[in-house]
Amino acid sequence: MGKVIGALAIMASLLQAPAFAAQAPVFVFTAIPDQDETRLNERFSKVADYLHEKLGIAVKYVPVKSYPAAVTAFVNGQVQLAWFGGVTGVQARARVPGSMAIAQGAEDDHFKSYLIANASTGLKPAADIPTSIAGKTLAFGARTSTSGSVMPEYYLRKAFGDRAPDKVFSRVGFTGDHSQTIQAVQSGAYQLGFVDYSVWDLDRKAGKVDDKKVSVIWETPPFPDYQWTVRGDADATFGAGFTTKLTQTLLAITDKDILGRFGRSKFIPATNAQYAPVEAVAKAAGLLE
Amino acid sequence: MKIWGLPAPRLSYLRVSLGLVALAFAGLMLADMQISVQHPGDELRRLLSGFLRPDFLAISVSALIRTVAFAVLGVGLGGSVGFLFSIVFARSRIVRITCAFLRSIHELFWALLLMQITGLSPLTGVLAIALPYAGVFGKVFAELNEEADLSALRVLPSGTSTLSAYFYARLPVLAKPFADYTLYRLECGLRSTLVLGFIGLPTIGFDLDSYFKQGDYAQAGALLMSFYALIATRRLWARPLTVPFLLVGSFFSLPAGLNGGSAMANLARFFGHDIVPAPLRHGNLSSLSPWMDTAGWLWRIGKGQILPGLIHTLVLSQIALVAMALMSLVLFPWVCLRFAGPLGRPLGRALLVVARSTPEYMLAYVLLMVFGPSMLPAILALTLHNGAVVGYLMGRQADALVFRQDAPSRRLDLYFYEVLPRLYGQFLAYILYRWEIILRESAIFGILGVTTLGYYVDAAISDLKLDVAFVLLLATAALSMTVDFGSRWLRAQLRIQDFPRRLSQERIAPHLEKAQFSWKA
Repeated sequence: MGKVIGALAIMASLLQAPAFAAQAPVFVFTAIPDQDETRLNERFSKVADYLHEKLGIAVKYVPVKSYPAAVTAFVNGQVQLAWFGGVTGVQARARVPGSMAIAQGAEDDHFKSYLIANASTGLKPAADIPTSIAGKTLAFGARTSTSGSVMPEYYLRKAFGDRAPDKVFSRVGFTGDHSQTIQAVQSGAYQLGFVDYSVWDLDRKAGKVDDKKVSVIWETPPFPDYQWTVRGDADATFGAGFTTKLTQTLLAITDKDILGRFGRSKFIPATNAQYAPVEAVAKAAGLLE
Repeated sequence: MKIWGLPAPRLSYLRVSLGLVALAFAGLMLADMQISVQHPGDELRRLLSGFLRPDFLAISVSALIRTVAFAVLGVGLGGSVGFLFSIVFARSRIVRITCAFLRSIHELFWALLLMQITGLSPLTGVLAIALPYAGVFGKVFAELNEEADLSALRVLPSGTSTLSAYFYARLPVLAKPFADYTLYRLECGLRSTLVLGFIGLPTIGFDLDSYFKQGDYAQAGALLMSFYALIATRRLWARPLTVPFLLVGSFFSLPAGLNGGSAMANLARFFGHDIVPAPLRHGNLSSLSPWMDTAGWLWRIGKGQILPGLIHTLVLSQIALVAMALMSLVLFPWVCLRFAGPLGRPLGRALLVVARSTPEYMLAYVLLMVFGPSMLPAILALTLHNGAVVGYLMGRQADALVFRQDAPSRRLDLYFYEVLPRLYGQFLAYILYRWEIILRESAIFGILGVTTLGYYVDAAISDLKLDVAFVLLLATAALSMTVDFGSRWLRAQLRIQDFPRRLSQERIAPHLEKAQFSWKA
């Protein structure tokens, strides 16, 4: 077995080496694809430009197509920094020793999800989870989305006697991202859906939400969500003190244009420990070892 | 002949056909076919109006070049390895099993697995195509080997080494069919690269996914048209003479990989930790308890994921198989001169070529947005794509038939009393041949949310439980190999082994005439 692995690895490195190896280390980051990709591309190219200007190194944003792809790229060491959600951040940090949550949006400390409903359900906004939602069809976002899936499931289980969502609802599906969830509930493909409140706001601002067809009927209690997470070996690659400098640079973002594209007012410091509540929920859901 | 001591039922075309239809009806009882979107027409209208006003500025030439590059290198590598396999295919059981295993796992699943090892690198894309294609090439080249003319071999002086014999007597005869088949597979390779874009390979599929998701149908339409143009012109740019240039050019047009991370470390982690069953990772392996835990772990995966996934995969593929068979029977007269006429046939052909060039995965993806989540979009996608493939083949066969003077003159009579009976054996061969392909594709639709095996694979990968994903993939491979075996057994029983491997291959087999008799028998 060892021989086979060795041979495969040599083959892999040979194939990769000549054509693809870059000379100077490029600082590469990614993000979970949680909403419309065009918007993410604009947002993160701005961040890449900003980091390049402030840090004086080559910076590259790599878009990926799924939440696990972002985590895998981080675990494999192909990206050094990522804009993760609560759960994906915890997943990634558990697999990369020394990696750290360094910054979050001011809103991410007390984030929330909206439960949205198609107008045909006739459901009205309520302070508590309406029990009349049982038996309807429900869309989550990506499977490992904190605000689109994991925390909503946690609150649903609390409200419905720890019954799994597919036992409470007639159909449960995962749309992949929050913008997709909004479209799916708006079209009636699903009657209900859980979405990240910031994406809901951004999509409404972009004119993608028809208030006559879909509306918010409940919001979850607060939980910690998105954060910038950096690998523990960043200093070894980019020089001593790099992580500190990177953190300060991210916290110093005051450009209204960049912040607006995140739907955040500013960035504040973050720590791994802050995500303990999400970690506990993810563990209970079997998303962590 | 007996199976398990019982006399086997006598198989006839009629019995096999009725059996397949009965299974599909049973499947319909279990299938979820709901249309949940309130106004499916609205989205369809937006889609069509976007396609009618394509925004050609959205086409990225570099993505188009990369689409070709991945296909050329993937098919090239797969073809080369498959060629080596084919030499020992008949002699080595291990090689035959390896080939069957490689091709039983869909390229999308290979890509998801490879992503763990080779990461976001061009190698992931090339290998994801090369691995399953090597399995297909190995088998098909071996079959071509068997069928080839041996007269050159017989006149070699005794004592000629095996190697010399192969290169002087076999290869010259085989080179042409090998090259033809490889260039044909390039078209499949292009479809595969497009679909791999939906999960992150930087081909036009990558942008297509974004545009479809965001409802930018004018942009998506333009991209699709550029893809059809690529397929339609394949014979112009992919010729034996251009192959060296294509290979070298492709190598240099691959996107730059990301530095950082080592494939070695990833490989060690993948085999040493990630795919090791969770209960075995930390326990003391000399004691019994981790092994008991593993048995329980396997049982839970089997009961909670493999079984429901398997049932849904079989239900979906069975309904789709029969639906596409009916579809092809409706479609083939449209590409047959005798039925469609000299004006209708080119039009029919153009439509079928577009339908068969559209990957099922993408079709299902779009239909899911139009109709909402259920099995219906997946069934429609499989029916349209495969119906077009088989319809096209049948049309060519029908065109090659020689009719008697007193053949029926009314088209309906001609269809039912002459053409269909004469082609029925061939038709069944195609259907049985597509069975495994439809099954592989059905499993993949799980990624789109239909609860087939792929649904659970996708879930396991999201949860970073690669050990679970690995077990599920082995189950998927086993299912696909079983169906492949079943299909070959049925074809052998019905004596309908012979079918063209390429869409354009002219091969009217002698058994077509026999088919008339076995139809009556």
